[in-house]
Amino acid sequence: MTVSSVLTEDLVFPVPTVLRRPEHTIEIVSDAGEGAQKCGQIFGAVSAKMGNGVWTVEIIPAEIQPPPRTAEGASGNRIRFGTGPITNWGDETNLVVAFNEQVLLGRHRLGALASDAIVLIENSWGSSPNPDVRAAWNKAMTELAAESYRIIEVPMEEQCLTIDDNPRKGKNMFVLGMLAYIYDRSLERIEDQIAYAFRKKSEEVFRKNVALMRLGVEWAQSNLDFRIEVPTNPPREALVVMNGNEALGMGALASGMELCAMYPITPATSVSHYLAEVFTKFGGILHQAEDEIAAAGVAIGASYAGKVAFTVTSGPGLALKTEFIGLAVMTETPLVVIDVQRGGPSTGLPTKVEQSDLLAALFAQPGDAPRVVIAPATIEECFHSMITARQIAETFRVVVMVLSDANLSTGVQPFPRPQLKNEWLAPELDLVPVKEGFRAYDWDQRMGISTRAIPGQPGGMFTVTGLSHDESSKVAYGAGVHQRSTAMRSRKLAVLQQTLLRPTIYGDEEGDLLIVGWGSTRGAIEEAIDRARAEGIRASSVHLTFLSPMQPGLKEIFSKFRKVITVEINYSDQPGDPFITEENRRRGQLAMLLRSQTLCDVGCWTRVPGEPLRPGQIHQAIRDAVNTNNGEES
Amino acid sequence: MTHCAILPVLDDEDREFALNDYEGAMARWCPGCGDHSILTAVEKLLVAEQLKPEQTVFVSGIGCSSRFPHYLKTYGFHGLHGRALPVATGVKLHRPDLEVFVVMGDGDCCSIGAAHWIHAIRYNIRMVALLLDNSIYGLTKKQTSPTTPQGFKTNTQPYGSFLPPLNPLTTTLGTTNASFVAQTAEWIPAHLYATLRAAYHHPGFAFVRILQRCPMYTQGMYEEAVRNPSVVELLVHDDGINAPELDKVYKSRAAHDPSDIDAARKLAGDETRIRLGLFYRNEQKARYDLIRKPPVITRSERIELLNAELDHYAV
Repeated sequence: MTVSSVLTEDLVFPVPTVLRRPEHTIEIVSDAGEGAQKCGQIFGAVSAKMGNGVWTVEIIPAEIQPPPRTAEGASGNRIRFGTGPITNWGDETNLVVAFNEQVLLGRHRLGALASDAIVLIENSWGSSPNPDVRAAWNKAMTELAAESYRIIEVPMEEQCLTIDDNPRKGKNMFVLGMLAYIYDRSLERIEDQIAYAFRKKSEEVFRKNVALMRLGVEWAQSNLDFRIEVPTNPPREALVVMNGNEALGMGALASGMELCAMYPITPATSVSHYLAEVFTKFGGILHQAEDEIAAAGVAIGASYAGKVAFTVTSGPGLALKTEFIGLAVMTETPLVVIDVQRGGPSTGLPTKVEQSDLLAALFAQPGDAPRVVIAPATIEECFHSMITARQIAETFRVVVMVLSDANLSTGVQPFPRPQLKNEWLAPELDLVPVKEGFRAYDWDQRMGISTRAIPGQPGGMFTVTGLSHDESSKVAYGAGVHQRSTAMRSRKLAVLQQTLLRPTIYGDEEGDLLIVGWGSTRGAIEEAIDRARAEGIRASSVHLTFLSPMQPGLKEIFSKFRKVITVEINYSDQPGDPFITEENRRRGQLAMLLRSQTLCDVGCWTRVPGEPLRPGQIHQAIRDAVNTNNGEES
Repeated sequence: MTHCAILPVLDDEDREFALNDYEGAMARWCPGCGDHSILTAVEKLLVAEQLKPEQTVFVSGIGCSSRFPHYLKTYGFHGLHGRALPVATGVKLHRPDLEVFVVMGDGDCCSIGAAHWIHAIRYNIRMVALLLDNSIYGLTKKQTSPTTPQGFKTNTQPYGSFLPPLNPLTTTLGTTNASFVAQTAEWIPAHLYATLRAAYHHPGFAFVRILQRCPMYTQGMYEEAVRNPSVVELLVHDDGINAPELDKVYKSRAAHDPSDIDAARKLAGDETRIRLGLFYRNEQKARYDLIRKPPVITRSERIELLNAELDHYAV
C-alpha cells in the first residue's frame, strides 16, 4: 500500500490483487433459516447465466430449525463454478462465508475446506455480551487457526443493522454482495435474480434486499485486498438451469403424464412441490395420498384407466410400495416410480445421498417381478429420463423405476434447453372398440408384448387380477399357464434390451482399469478418469443408464481391461477388515449385478459418507486399484 | 365428461343392455353365500340404470367378496388386500367419466385397508363403496375379523374373539366429510336393491354396509333376523331408502331423517337391534374429484405452456 492510500484510507479503495482461477468452489453456511441457501442459489444462477459451468449442492441439516450455533446445524449452499463445464461438486472448498464460527467448525471438521481456503466469518460473536458465546468463539478460532486458512473477520451484523433492525435478516444479501464483488458478478443480473427470488413479496422487501446486497459490495470493495477471476464463457446455445427434482417434474410435464400420486418424503418431496404449483394448468393432478401405499395405488388406478401415471418416493416409501409395484408387474399396468435415493436402511440419512436402493429397485418383491430400472446421471438426464420412462412403460406395459438421488435432487446445473417434441407426449386416449377376438393379455408369443384395453373401450371388458391368469385374464393356477405368463412378463425386458445401445466408453476402449458407475456419480468419476489419464494411468470409465435390463456388450467391454471395478455410493465390506474374506465379502450393489451378469471378476470401491463422492477420492482409488493385484482396494 | 382429452368415438346410443350383457364368469362362491344375492342385485341395478359395460369399473380387494368383478362383464380391477379404494381413487381422478364401484370385505375394508377407508370417506369422490360384511375371514378359512362378534370362536381366537366388534357405521359417520351411509342385508333383496339404487344416485362417496351370511363359518349369525323380520328395524323417511314391497313383512320401523347426522350416529351406535336403511345423506359435502378437476388442454397448448415454463429457468 502506498503512503497516500494509508493517509486517505477512508476515501480510496485498496487496489486488490486479482487471482485468476479456472474454477473455484465456495460455500455459504449459516444456521438454518438465515437464508444462506437463497444467497447461494442466486449466486449459482447468476454465475450460470454469465457463462460459468456451475454445480450447486445444498448443505442441509435433517431438522427444520436445529439449535443455532451448532456444528451439526450447518445449512447452506456449496457452489462449484468454472470456465468450462462443471459436472460434479468437486473436492474441497476454496472460499467459505460463515455466519457463525460453529457452522464453520462443522464444515472444517468434515474436511470440507481446502487447507488454504479463504474464510470470511461474521465477527460479532467475538464481542458478544454472552460470555459463553465469546468463549465458544475463542475456542473455535483457536481450533481453526491450526489450519492454514486465511481468515477474514467481517462485521456482517454491524453493517446490516444500518439497514435492517433484525440482525438475523439480510446477512445473506450482504454476503451475496461481497461475493458479487469478489467474483465480479453482474449486479444487474443479481438484482434480476433477487426480484425473481422475492417475486411473492412486496416491492419494499425487494428494495431492502437490493440495498443490503449493495452494502456488501461496498464493504468488500473498501476492505478486501483480493478479487478472484473465474473467466466466463458465454454459452453458445440456449441453456436452462434447475435442480434434479425440478427437472424430473418438468420431464413429467414433457412426457404428457397427467397424474402424480405421492406422500411427503425427503428428498423426493420437492418434485411434488414443483408440480403442485404448475401441474393443474397442464391438465394434471398432483395427489397427496394418505400414505405411500395409497400413492402407488392411485397411480396404478389412473394408469389402468388411461395415461401412464407416476409416483415419487424415497427408500422408506419404496419399501411400502413394493406390494403395489408387484401388482402393476402382474397386471401389466404401466407405471413410473421415481425413487430419489437417500441413505438407508430404514429412515437412515433423510437428507443425504446414497445409491443403496439399486437391488431393491430390481428385486424388492416376492415372486418374479421383472421391471425396468433406469438411473439418470445428470440433471439433464433427470428431465429426459421421465420421457423415456413413460414411453417404455406404455410400450411394454411395464413398471419403470427411475433412480435419482439426494445429490441430483438438490444439485443445480445448467444444461441445453430441451427442444420439446410432440412425440414425447402421451397420446390422447383412443377409446375405439377393441378388435374382434380381443384378449386382455394377447401376448406376442415371441416378445411377450400385448396391447392393453382401457376402460371405455367397447368390447374390451375384462378384470385384471394379481392372481395368476391366462391370456384372457382368467384366474388360472395351472402350471403351464404360470410358466407361460411368467415367461411373457420376463421376455419384454429381453426385447427392450435388444433395442438398447452399447454404452459409450469414456477414455480408451482398452487399458489397465475400467471404472463402472451408475447414477449421479458420473461427473466425479469422469473427472477422476481425466486426472488419472493425465498422470499416464490407462484408465477408462463406463456409465450405465439402464440397470434393468442392462445395456449390451458389457462382457466384451470388460474383457479389454486388466481390471474392472465399480464406484458406487453404497456399502461394501473392505478387504482386510476383520473376518472379511474373498468368500464372505459383501460387494457394492452394481458389482454384485455385474458379477452375476457377466461372470467377470468385477471389483468395487464404494463408500457411504452421506455426501457425494469427490473426484479426488475416486482418483486416489484409481491409483490404488492399478497398483494392487486384487483389482479392488489396497 | 372426462378431463383428459379423449379422441371422439362413434357411439351407438341405441344400444340396450340386458342382464346377460353384464354377466361374467360363473360365480364360484359357496352355495348359500350372500355374495350371490348381492351380485344379482348389482346386475339388476346395472340393467335398470343401463350403465354401459365399457364405462363401468368394478374395483375390489382380496377375499371372497373381491372375486366380484370376475363375475361381471364390465371392466374390473381385482387388486390387493385392503387396497381397492386407492385404485378406485386413481381411476376416478383420472377418468371422472367412468362409473366406479368398489367391492370390499370386512377384513379388506375395516382392517388392512382401514387407513384408505377413512380417507376415501373424506375425499368424498363419487363412487359406490360396498362393504360385504360377513364378520369373518372366509377365503383364508375362519379367522377373526374386525367385525366378528365378541366371543365368537374362530381359528385364530379359538376361545372366542377377544374384543367387541368394530362398528363400520359409526366409524364412517364419525369421519369428516362422510356424505352417504346406509346399511342393508343380502337376505332382503328388495331393500338391498333399493339401497344400491340410492347409493348409485348419490353425488359423492356412497358407503353401503351389507350384512351378509357366510354359510361355512358364520352359520346362524343372522338366523334369527332372517326367520323373524320383527328383529330388523327399517329406517324410514321420505328422503330415505324405501322399498314399499317390504311394508307387509317388515313392520318394525323407525322414522329417521337422513339429514340428521346426530340422530344417525345415535342410531348407528345403538347395537341392540339390526337397523337397515339410510343413516345419512348430504349432497353438499366437499367433493375432491370436483375440486381437483383440471382443465383439458391440447397438445400444442401443453408445449406452449412448457416452453413458457422453461423460460423461467432459462440462463
